[in-house]
Amino acid sequence: MMLLFVMPGPLRELAGNQGEVRIDGPASSVSDALSLLWTRCPAVRDRVITERGEVRPHVNIFVDGESIRDTGGLGTRVRDGAEIFILPALSGG
Amino acid sequence: MPKPTHVSPKHGDVLVLVGTMKGAFIFRSSASRKRWEIGGPYFPGSAVYALAYDDRAGRHRLWAGAQSMHWGALLRSSDTFGKKWTNPEEANVKFPEGTGAALQNIWQIEPGREDEPDTLYCGVEPAALFVSRDAGEKWSLAEGLWNHPQRPKWMPGGGGLCLHTILLDPTDAQRIRIAVSTGGMYATSDGGATWRPSNQGVRAQFLPDKYPEFGQCVHKVVQSQQKPDRMYLQNHWGLYRSDDRGESWKDVANGVPSDFGFAMAVHPRDADRAWIVPLESDEFRCAPEGKLRVYRTSNGGKKWEALTKGLPQKGAFETVLRDALAVDEVDPAGVYFGTRSGKVFGSANEGKSWSTLADGLPPVVAVKTARVSLKKPRKGK
Repeated sequence: MMLLFVMPGPLRELAGNQGEVRIDGPASSVSDALSLLWTRCPAVRDRVITERGEVRPHVNIFVDGESIRDTGGLGTRVRDGAEIFILPALSGG
Repeated sequence: MPKPTHVSPKHGDVLVLVGTMKGAFIFRSSASRKRWEIGGPYFPGSAVYALAYDDRAGRHRLWAGAQSMHWGALLRSSDTFGKKWTNPEEANVKFPEGTGAALQNIWQIEPGREDEPDTLYCGVEPAALFVSRDAGEKWSLAEGLWNHPQRPKWMPGGGGLCLHTILLDPTDAQRIRIAVSTGGMYATSDGGATWRPSNQGVRAQFLPDKYPEFGQCVHKVVQSQQKPDRMYLQNHWGLYRSDDRGESWKDVANGVPSDFGFAMAVHPRDADRAWIVPLESDEFRCAPEGKLRVYRTSNGGKKWEALTKGLPQKGAFETVLRDALAVDEVDPAGVYFGTRSGKVFGSANEGKSWSTLADGLPPVVAVKTARVSLKKPRKGK
């Protein structure tokens, strides 16, 4: 299945200077999909996921426009052709 | 993002490394410390609570703990005085699987002793000590401290549950003392295999038992390099001195407007001389009476004198945090501090008079100094 990852500006350098990363591989969940991304862009992993395997608190992941915080977290199902956005949350001071 | 400016230090120059909530800056001057140039901002947008300079084994390496609110915290280093920084692919300070912990921030970076040139330590939040034995390539959790049975009872202070102070005994390679807010101080005499609480005489104003075995909110501890038995401690209420390497503590809040504060520094050659910046109270963590005063003792805390020349004495409700005061090694010693309002003050005469080195930086959380050595080490050294 084909997946499209849309990378945030600060992480593009770690993704081969690409704003979009297309990966063809098997994935039934966001967790599976991210594992494919880590294989292609290993430096992105620790910026998005903590040692506990959780998405960092100020990072949002959207699958086909829906935040995974509302759809089952890393267990959210993904479809062939899914668009996965990784975005910094609106936070700070 | 702003493009950083750079400094090009020469042999003998003095550096003041300034960490802020939005990046790091490098201040450079000759040993006269009359004129300063500023490099930065480095890591714009990231909080930099920890900075260090490692000049062992012929290095001239800067270290910074850069914490992005979004992308986590990393240790980064530069062998070019900030022109280029490492950006490790994998997070270099990580809690091992099974600890259930995730790194929040890096609070302290401490190069090891001269005779262990590839050893570095760092203190982090949640409170833990990490060690590297290969000059900072790989880091591992100090399990002896992490597995201490009292650790689960430590409580976070206002800045989080952080290990913020690492004192490597200059004459005994097996002795290390660390401080945690809020857990108190712990000491090891076997190189870190085992740790014991060591807070005798230190008050915990905020607990029913005012002198518990552990749980004090120690804000900063410093140790004389010239006379290692001598330490000073700025507590969450309480100003102390130790003459037995921290085994016991005596109150020395003599003539200060408040014994609350964060920052503290000791003279590089005179164990009787130390500096603090008192704050009014834990309710109002600002300079008392709106007067920004550094206090200095020259007799081990028997008396403290206010140093005000060149510092604002009206409406200056400034806050100086625990790592935002430092001294250099030049004679006479330079003293530097930064405020939460983004000012950096410096003195080239041990605090007798001050000048403003910067105004308008992001909130300052760390100030460290270094003396640049660009000479190659002699063979056999």
